[in-house]
Amino acid sequence: MREIDVSSIIDAVEQLCMNANYFLNDDILQALKNGSRCEESETGRLILSQLVENAGIAASGRMAICQDTGMAVVFIEAGQDVHITGGSITEAINEGVRRGYANGFLRKSVVSDPLDRINTGDNTPAVIHYDIVEGESIRIILAPKGFGSENMSGVKMLKPSDGVDGVRNFIEETVEKAGPNPCPPVVVGVGIGGTMEKAALLAKRALLRSVNVRNSRENIRQLEEEMLERVNRLGIGPAGLGGRLTALAVNIETFPTHIAGLPVAVNMSCHVTRHAETIL
Amino acid sequence: MDNIIRIETPFKMEDVKRLKAGDAVYINGTIYAARDAAHKKLIGLVNEGLELPFDVRDQIIYYVGPCPAGPGRVIGSAGPTTSGRMDAYAPVLIERGLTGMIGKGLRNEQVVAAMIRYGAVYFGATGGAGALLSKCIIAQEITAFPELGAEALRKLTVKDFPVTVIIDSTGTDLYKTGRIQYSRVNYNG
Repeated sequence: MREIDVSSIIDAVEQLCMNANYFLNDDILQALKNGSRCEESETGRLILSQLVENAGIAASGRMAICQDTGMAVVFIEAGQDVHITGGSITEAINEGVRRGYANGFLRKSVVSDPLDRINTGDNTPAVIHYDIVEGESIRIILAPKGFGSENMSGVKMLKPSDGVDGVRNFIEETVEKAGPNPCPPVVVGVGIGGTMEKAALLAKRALLRSVNVRNSRENIRQLEEEMLERVNRLGIGPAGLGGRLTALAVNIETFPTHIAGLPVAVNMSCHVTRHAETIL
Repeated sequence: MDNIIRIETPFKMEDVKRLKAGDAVYINGTIYAARDAAHKKLIGLVNEGLELPFDVRDQIIYYVGPCPAGPGRVIGSAGPTTSGRMDAYAPVLIERGLTGMIGKGLRNEQVVAAMIRYGAVYFGATGGAGALLSKCIIAQEITAFPELGAEALRKLTVKDFPVTVIIDSTGTDLYKTGRIQYSRVNYNG
């Protein structure tokens, strides 16, 4: 049994809030640069060069890549041999978010009630997903999610008879309908299977995977590659102004499901697709 | 991209009429920052017959909720938010003389109809380039609704603020024309 004090969780989360918002991940930065070389549209190339330049300004000046610094989504993988001391882990995570957004000059974008809509002023509460795993460490993944892209996401409960074609069509339709709104080039996170909420969570988790890493299952890898090519034929392009590069990757995760169902969730994510992690 | 058109605010009708979808434009002067909550308040004032905190005639509203300014900065990251959420409010302001909007993403038919009828331009700024765009904002001041925090109504002074004309005052839409040009699927658009 290893003991971890909540103070180290607070510090870690505070730092992750800043890192995720200041530093564009390398896989995305490279994909934007590579995309720029293949982009047919002159305007598209200009947009991509602006995004690369923007990432440089944000990193060197320690400022947010995008003003929508998101709602903090936190994935916790807690080792079952860890004993957390000094207080509640959920309160510690929220305190880390509170400090990270205040001290990092990040925007506070959370309202306390979806209908009354009063800003909480400190970007809490975070959306936290807990997993209990083997071991005696805690892995914290922080993925702040902007709502320009979140709003363009969707879940559909397909019939088993709709099959893989139904999945293909729903992915394409979601990207097409989103058009310029989610700040393309986008990363498309897809969850197939499970229950309604499991599919949505798989789609969110798919966004944590590098744009360069494909699913280890051969049929899913093929589907990812096929769908990337398909959405990049839509012509939406960088910033939606027309062009080739609409998506940087389509990342798909799957889970067993019920004999009567085929849930599919598509979580749209902008070019920033922030995530940062640490292990305590 | 060689021919960048520079405009100064106030954004008068002669400039509105000469800009065409696809034009690259640098905006200079004063613009106003407002998004969801500030728009709701502005329209509330209109509905009550009260005066607005600023005269919208010949002005440009930028749909943005910036990050707080770090030490030594005028403003934090300040890129555009999705404009469609302001569609419910924009026609009322266009009817009162608003000539420009800056944002990103699709607009609905009512907004485009108001733009054609009264003369207005919808500009796009690059979504996700908030750090870069913040460098073009040289002053900011809260004009109204400070209680809204990031959503307060702000007056921004901009220098060579880079935008593209998405929808011009004839209703031509770069999102549609640009996409048709590069699409490799049947698009009925």
